[in-house]
Amino acid sequence: MTPGARIAVDIGGTFTDVVIERDGTLTSTKVLTTYEDPADGVMTGIDRVLALSGTTPAGVALVLHGTTLATNALIERRGAVTALVTTAGHRDVLEMALENRFEQYDIGIDRPTPLVPRYLRLPVTERLDAEGRVLLPLDEADVRALVPVLEANRVESVAIGFLHAYANPAHERAAAALLRAELPDLYITLASDVCPEIREYERLSTATANAYVRPLMARYLASLADKLGHAGFQAPLLMMTSGGGLTDLATAAAYPIRLVESGPAGGAILAARLAGLCGYPSVVSFDMGGTTAKICLIDDAEPLLSRAFEIGRVYRFKKGSGLPVRIPVIEMVEIGAGGGSIARVDRLQRIQVGPDSAGSEPGPACYGRGGRLPTVTDADLLQGRIQPGFFAGGSIDLDVEAARRALADSVGGPLGLGDTMAAYGIGAVVDENMAAAARAHAAEWGADVAARTLVAYGGAGPLHAAALADRLKIDRIVIPAGAGVGSAVGFLLAPISFEVVRSRYQRLSAFEAHVANALLGAMHGEALAVVEQAAPAGRFRVLRRAAMRYVGQGYEIAVTLPDGELGAEAGVALHAAFETEYRRLYGRVIPGLDVEILSFTLALTELGAPDLYTGAGPPGRSQRVGADGSAGAMRGRLFDPESGAATEVPLVLRSDLAEAGRAIAGPLLIVEDQTTTVVSKGFSVVVDRFDNLVLERLRDRA
Amino acid sequence: MSERVDMTQLTTQLVWNRLLAIVEEQAQTLMRTAFSTVVREAGDLSAGVFDTYGNMLAQAVTGTPGHVNAMAASVAKFLAVHPVATLEPGDVLVTNDPWIGTGHLNDFTVVTPVFRGDVCVALFASTSHIADVGGRGFGADANDLFEEGLRIPVSHLFRAGVRDETLMRLITANVRDPVVAEGDLYSLTACNDSGARQLLELLEDYRLDSLDATGAVLLELSERAMIEEIRALPEGNFRHSMRIDGYDKPIDLVCELAIRPDGIHIDFSGTSAESPYGINVPLPYTEAYASFGVRCLIGNDVPNNAGSLRVIRVTAPPGSILNARPPRAVSARHAVGQMLPDVILGCLDQVLPGRVPAEGASCIWNPVLRNGHADESDGTFVTNPIYNGGTGARPGKDGLSTTAFPSGVRTTPTEVNEVTAPLIVWRREYRQDSAGAGACRGGFGQVIEIGHRHDAPFVVSRMFDRIQHAPCGRQGGASGAPGSVRLSDGTPLRGMGRDEVPAGLRLVMETPGGGGLGDVRQRDPERVRADVAAGLVSVDAARQVYGIDTDCGDTDAQSGACNSVSIGQNTRPTRE
Repeated sequence: MTPGARIAVDIGGTFTDVVIERDGTLTSTKVLTTYEDPADGVMTGIDRVLALSGTTPAGVALVLHGTTLATNALIERRGAVTALVTTAGHRDVLEMALENRFEQYDIGIDRPTPLVPRYLRLPVTERLDAEGRVLLPLDEADVRALVPVLEANRVESVAIGFLHAYANPAHERAAAALLRAELPDLYITLASDVCPEIREYERLSTATANAYVRPLMARYLASLADKLGHAGFQAPLLMMTSGGGLTDLATAAAYPIRLVESGPAGGAILAARLAGLCGYPSVVSFDMGGTTAKICLIDDAEPLLSRAFEIGRVYRFKKGSGLPVRIPVIEMVEIGAGGGSIARVDRLQRIQVGPDSAGSEPGPACYGRGGRLPTVTDADLLQGRIQPGFFAGGSIDLDVEAARRALADSVGGPLGLGDTMAAYGIGAVVDENMAAAARAHAAEWGADVAARTLVAYGGAGPLHAAALADRLKIDRIVIPAGAGVGSAVGFLLAPISFEVVRSRYQRLSAFEAHVANALLGAMHGEALAVVEQAAPAGRFRVLRRAAMRYVGQGYEIAVTLPDGELGAEAGVALHAAFETEYRRLYGRVIPGLDVEILSFTLALTELGAPDLYTGAGPPGRSQRVGADGSAGAMRGRLFDPESGAATEVPLVLRSDLAEAGRAIAGPLLIVEDQTTTVVSKGFSVVVDRFDNLVLERLRDRA
Repeated sequence: MSERVDMTQLTTQLVWNRLLAIVEEQAQTLMRTAFSTVVREAGDLSAGVFDTYGNMLAQAVTGTPGHVNAMAASVAKFLAVHPVATLEPGDVLVTNDPWIGTGHLNDFTVVTPVFRGDVCVALFASTSHIADVGGRGFGADANDLFEEGLRIPVSHLFRAGVRDETLMRLITANVRDPVVAEGDLYSLTACNDSGARQLLELLEDYRLDSLDATGAVLLELSERAMIEEIRALPEGNFRHSMRIDGYDKPIDLVCELAIRPDGIHIDFSGTSAESPYGINVPLPYTEAYASFGVRCLIGNDVPNNAGSLRVIRVTAPPGSILNARPPRAVSARHAVGQMLPDVILGCLDQVLPGRVPAEGASCIWNPVLRNGHADESDGTFVTNPIYNGGTGARPGKDGLSTTAFPSGVRTTPTEVNEVTAPLIVWRREYRQDSAGAGACRGGFGQVIEIGHRHDAPFVVSRMFDRIQHAPCGRQGGASGAPGSVRLSDGTPLRGMGRDEVPAGLRLVMETPGGGGLGDVRQRDPERVRADVAAGLVSVDAARQVYGIDTDCGDTDAQSGACNSVSIGQNTRPTRE
């Protein structure tokens, strides 16, 4: 364990969460995100947790940071004036995209506006073939002629992306050198650096997105480092990436695109670490907030990884409606289902929930801030999943009557349902939507979601976990300590890590081990140079994977390579490894067909990542609730779908439960400041030695 | 809070949602496991669940509109051959008959009955495009069905769980890529199995014996929603005709759309006769794209099922190109079929003026490129990239540039195309001045220039349209630019047919631009200036067509492209 305290900061769209860990104890706070300079909000939050925990800046050993600033800048198009220098004849790649429509029946759809307008997509003469051989040399005069264009348009950042440059970056590097000589202050991003992978649209989209947020992120990171220095911090600052690893400031400033989705990645890391600690081999994490729900599969304490992500799916979170980026990410499915999701009845008399959200302004009707449309939170309130008086630690008064009116107007009235049934209907629909997304996601990755352990967090996650588990036939649910600031807690558990990728085509029937070895060796050196910046004395685990497919197929699957040098006969072993993975995903293999490799990835991950959990259990508490919950004096009313009526159930404070106390049978409600855990009739609950709530399905019931 | 209410209504909705999720997952499984690239990359597939009478209860949204009603109608045709009472657990049926399935031999439909105990409770069907079915290969050049490849009547692929080895050997012996064909048949079978498994779970979860009650309700609700929307429209008959290039002579697509209180009837009497080439359309495919045209505007939020589909009836005279009879050649039926939404929209423009998009390129441009007859330098290759033109201008919005409508398929990346074949795509970018002008302009087409890596000859087989007959505007909008295909020395090629590109020359294709919508004088001058600044509209066209002088100069110096200025062409009279 690192000596000294560690601070984790997660900047979200509305709140900045700050957590400090000192001697195994967590102290957290939420402050509003400050848009003018987000570093201000960060410092406010840090000051607060320092004061609460009695720590000085000098006593802090490490600051960990994740942020949605890059994501938000991309979604709101608030990045730098950016140009794209590209191969003549192909400057519209960025806008033509895949030429498809992501929604068949809506003639009004639009693809996302490109980050670089056409007049700043600047063609130069050059051409490589698919093996990186030069068909047309780079025309240096073309490149020099761009200088006045860039100046006249006040371009602050440039992406350079040529066709097939993943196979040979020479032209991109030469063009960069020419521009840098003339314009030393220009930010330059090479597509062959950020994403050296075949498929020009995705690669250029990634490079352009990186270029677009680079000046903004460089300024922000410099400002934050400066403010921390002034406040007396000497601790290193590490950034959380979408892949679930930490990286240093210089790398973060050069590749800010890898910082998107770092918050959700933190939550997945938390769930993965709990899976390892508690010995749950297969887990599904469930993070439900105000706007969306995110679901991630975790096997053997490792979250599912991929290299494809879309930023800002503007059309009902639909695949294809956002900007694609190819970066290392923890693979998740995200749907428009959160506490603020709005419910309505469609023309076919069906209740529809989301994906639009009431957000925090005006928010759910029960907030009493003028929201008139019913939301999932309103339905949760009327079902008793949320108890008025305990929401947000009692700091927000919920208006039950306003929720009732909104439901009656928009759902109950049109369907002829009473308030409670309308509320139940909304809850059932949103739960079914999330269950469907989880099932589809699992199927897409050749996995099964039933029989997993559900780890639920986020403000609305613990409210819906039991209902979701029922629909997914899941028998165990874990609600971590600090579920409301789960992402920031996850940062404290993340290892230092960096991944590099290279496209290099090979057929397994003619596999050239020396070529692969040389490439992987160079990639190892590159990754090591990055991770050693952040962990000079670290030891690292190597994960090498190849993207492989049957010759002629459209999609690759990731296959883990054996450790060490690949021998001359490696082609046979790789073929077998590919077939094992293919069979796992798709059920059967195709005999007699050659397999091809499109690219290699190599990730270095620090061994012995930090720990939070001593296993000593929640300190100094004894259970103050009896086995049937009767000792808890409070009662709440919770809707019971089986009887179709509300029944009175025990209502206990999470802080009144202690480790290894006797299991309490549901139904009951467990409230804490940021959320409520619904333990439905089919479950019992117990606190484990890591202070998690563990819900187990009661077996003796029919 | 003590009310007790019957849960039936909510249960119906939850079961419905679950059915939609199940078929969506069925389609995703198919897409992930399919072998043919066009299924995986382009989504040329469909999946659905049916009651035991053959009524479709739910269909995946993922997939191509070309299969919409075609697949919906197919299961009843399977059951006419093999009634439910004769099926047993483990049976799997298959056909690629264009008149039972989805219109050409490449599309295989697999139907799997689902049993609960001994009782058949539902059927799952799925369709996907298998890359090769023998014959002359994908293209418009065959003269009858027998030249186009292997035709499998409705047969047992599995009988009581045992694969029919004779059928499988027959199939694999008759196609160029037997591994892919076998893999794809397994993938279709597997996706139906996954649907069946989940359906049985659903029945158990909700303690249902069958889908009959739920099915009846959801079909009725869907039909009623469609009828309500149709009743809000003026009753009457609306006619429209559209002329397209065809293979060797122009084709007239003539349509009468009748709006009645009980539904919409579409009839294609007056349409041109069958063609001696492979562009004939079997009726199921006509039904699919005709009804898709309606559903783009009417009931586009109502799920596809037997209830919503049955209120739109489609007929065409037998022997017309839209109701071609066996053994007419049908391989490239998409080249004509994908034009049908534009014809339907032409009728609806009279019903809903101002709410209907203009005509677009519509038919995908997917050249089949092969090695030259004598060229062995890089071995043999065949590749079939997909390119698109512009869509028509939309109410209140410009058309989408280089976008697949109505098909919705994706393109393959240039870099991937250049890995799979020794070809170089020298140019693929927006085509200046190709969009039809109007208050809202059409989408832009593109220019594609392809040469051989070693300047060797190569063969191109084409199924392109809208070269002689440009996409028209509506409501006073101008036509988009017609397409063009030629050699780099200027030699024009016909839109349909097969030719060799001689050594050292390149193939140049210009896809059509979409038609404009509304009077060009109503266009916001700022948007014209933006198009000029982007180099999409030339300074000359801005002046001549839009009447706007732009000071900023033509910024498109690099591309130097100023092809056909389509915008001066007149909208041809299309309304009768």
